[in-house]
Amino acid sequence: MSQALQQLINGLTLGAIYGLIAIGYTMVYGIIGMINFAHGDIYMVSAFIAVTCFTLLASGGISSVVASIAITLIVSIVLTSVFGWTVERVGYRPLRGSNRLAPLISSIGISIFLQNMVQLTQGARVKSIPPLVTGGVNLFAGEGLHGGPYVSYVQLLIVIVTIVLMSGFTLFINKTPFGRQQRACEQDQRMMQFLGYNVDRIIALTFMIGAALAAVAGVMVTIYYGVIDFSIGFQAGIKAFTAAVLGGIGSIPGAMLGGLIIGLIEAFWAAYLSPEYKDVATFVILIIVLMFRPSGLLGRPEVEKV
Amino acid sequence: MSTTIMQKVDRQFRVRDALGAALVAGLVGLPMLGLTTRDGANGLQVETRWALLAGFIVVAFAGRLILQWTLQRFSFLSKRRLRARPAPEVAGNGALVWVGAACVAFAVLLPALFAGNRYVVDTATTVLIYVMLGWGLNVVVGLAGLLDLGYVAFYAVGAYTYGLLSTHFGFGFWEALPIAGGLAAAFGMLLGYPTLRLRGDYLAIVTLGFGEIIRLLLVNWGDVTGGPNGISSIPKPTFFGLPMQASSDGPTFATVFGVDYSPAQRVVFLYYLILALALLTNLLVSRLRRLPVGRAWEAVREDEIACKAMGINVTNVKLSAFATGAMLAGFAGVFFAARQGFISPESFTFSESATILAIVVLGGMGSQLGVVLAAALLVILPELGRDFAEYRMLLFGIAMVFIMIVRPGGLISHRRATVSAPGVEANR
Repeated sequence: MSQALQQLINGLTLGAIYGLIAIGYTMVYGIIGMINFAHGDIYMVSAFIAVTCFTLLASGGISSVVASIAITLIVSIVLTSVFGWTVERVGYRPLRGSNRLAPLISSIGISIFLQNMVQLTQGARVKSIPPLVTGGVNLFAGEGLHGGPYVSYVQLLIVIVTIVLMSGFTLFINKTPFGRQQRACEQDQRMMQFLGYNVDRIIALTFMIGAALAAVAGVMVTIYYGVIDFSIGFQAGIKAFTAAVLGGIGSIPGAMLGGLIIGLIEAFWAAYLSPEYKDVATFVILIIVLMFRPSGLLGRPEVEKV
Repeated sequence: MSTTIMQKVDRQFRVRDALGAALVAGLVGLPMLGLTTRDGANGLQVETRWALLAGFIVVAFAGRLILQWTLQRFSFLSKRRLRARPAPEVAGNGALVWVGAACVAFAVLLPALFAGNRYVVDTATTVLIYVMLGWGLNVVVGLAGLLDLGYVAFYAVGAYTYGLLSTHFGFGFWEALPIAGGLAAAFGMLLGYPTLRLRGDYLAIVTLGFGEIIRLLLVNWGDVTGGPNGISSIPKPTFFGLPMQASSDGPTFATVFGVDYSPAQRVVFLYYLILALALLTNLLVSRLRRLPVGRAWEAVREDEIACKAMGINVTNVKLSAFATGAMLAGFAGVFFAARQGFISPESFTFSESATILAIVVLGGMGSQLGVVLAAALLVILPELGRDFAEYRMLLFGIAMVFIMIVRPGGLISHRRATVSAPGVEANR
């Protein structure tokens, strides 16, 4: 029971991170109907920005943990959204209106480029930073450190940040003028153009928002694990995409739900069945879900019109 | 969306535009080029490289300025957008056939031209493996229009089938070849059946996942696959039962033909073997294209809904393309295992899938000759300059983006139906 609760906590933390990345996939898919293959690598880049920033702040003598996390979050969000914008500008905008495979291939190209660029400029070795947030609480006090389920402060931080961000983001998409434009663009881009909106700008901003959320995930992962390398984007990217598809691609609540489910599956599978095959489990579940509910858990069935 | 209002392009606009590019370059370059972390005495230490960053910004500024100027000067974009696409020609026509014939002649004569140069023949063998894989994937991506991001999984199935059959049960190359091809095709059907009813992008991600599943199985199922260590001492193929060895219990190639044994014989033999396999693949694919099933592949690629309306079973058509592609990858895998003599999960990563896909896409989806060109380019370029190897994948990524932007149809743009009704635009 205690171990199950522990896995629940671990799974929720992991799921929160996947959910944040999955939103980027789902938003981009919603607006242009294409997978942004480079999104996982955007997340990886943000983790590197976070490592650099934490190291700079530590050597600059900023000892307050709250301040350094806040500064890193802001820096990482700003710089990573520029990466997101660049991906759209280079890999997608020139190919708007060409065949469907072309932007996918170009985004795979960008993904390969980003990985190798980081490997060349930042080094191929694993980067590790000292733990910033230490300690935690035992849920059932008195059972000792190894007794009850243990929630570390990092996990608490990740879950709280994710909840705050997701609720803020939901409000942003549902209530603000930009959110309305974004949703309108998903429905009918040409009509938006007739109404005088700059569709290119809305799409670019969508990429930037997705990248910003991935940046938060990148910073959180850096704090959580403290170890990153240039190849983390691939695994996280396909898992987050799996989460987005699981929840119903194009649906933002679906992405969050999918992220949580994937995180929980991974945690429980690793704990009870086999840690080696936890990734296999994720993909098998994806295939099963797609077989029986091709539009995902919260997605609307798509009707293709001639 | 091509209805953007033409902006007045003057010098001021161009400078402002280039300044924007420089700003983006600065922001992107700052955390990657300007700053880096190195392992120091106590933990990570930040290093700065301002000169590199400044250089990058200047290059971005100048590059954007020149690009804008060139685009305007030659009104490259606007002209290209306006010009009507040329009418589709009948397939199998024109100079391409002669180029193809010349390529085959060159390939046949290559070991004679470079006699004694083992390295050239070895590299050419590698090129041919990729050509064969590219032709196999071309059936799936180029003809049927299905995006398969886990193609390497079928290659791995073929390689491991031969590796296991030969080391455990003493199967020879020729016995294992059809079994491996069949098994890979079976895997293709197994994966394709549930997923091919889905939309294209879902298929992409499911095949990607499948590729990872196979790789993880190879790494973790150590009892059977040897885990990360792989399988070693896989026997080489024989020449109609005659081994290419220095000495053996029975007759060898050298003793039967009365020549002295030399390792070069085996290299040349392997080369001709893959050449024969590749040419057979080509023959098979180009024949299939003219059969009803091949035409159905292209029809499904062009318009799935119309196919359904015409009574074509779209799932079965896709499944046949998927299985054919998988089978060809299985054959290539057997050859790979036999040639290397050693296989491990390292050889079957996603980047391998991406390379094969890049060969197909860069070559021009659906074009057989384009695949040859692209495979030769991607294998030989990194071989030419070893210093360049570090930047190989980086340039590879840039090339993928660049070619897609300049020629969304690939080097030899071939995306048209093999047959088309007179007066009907086959391109979309």
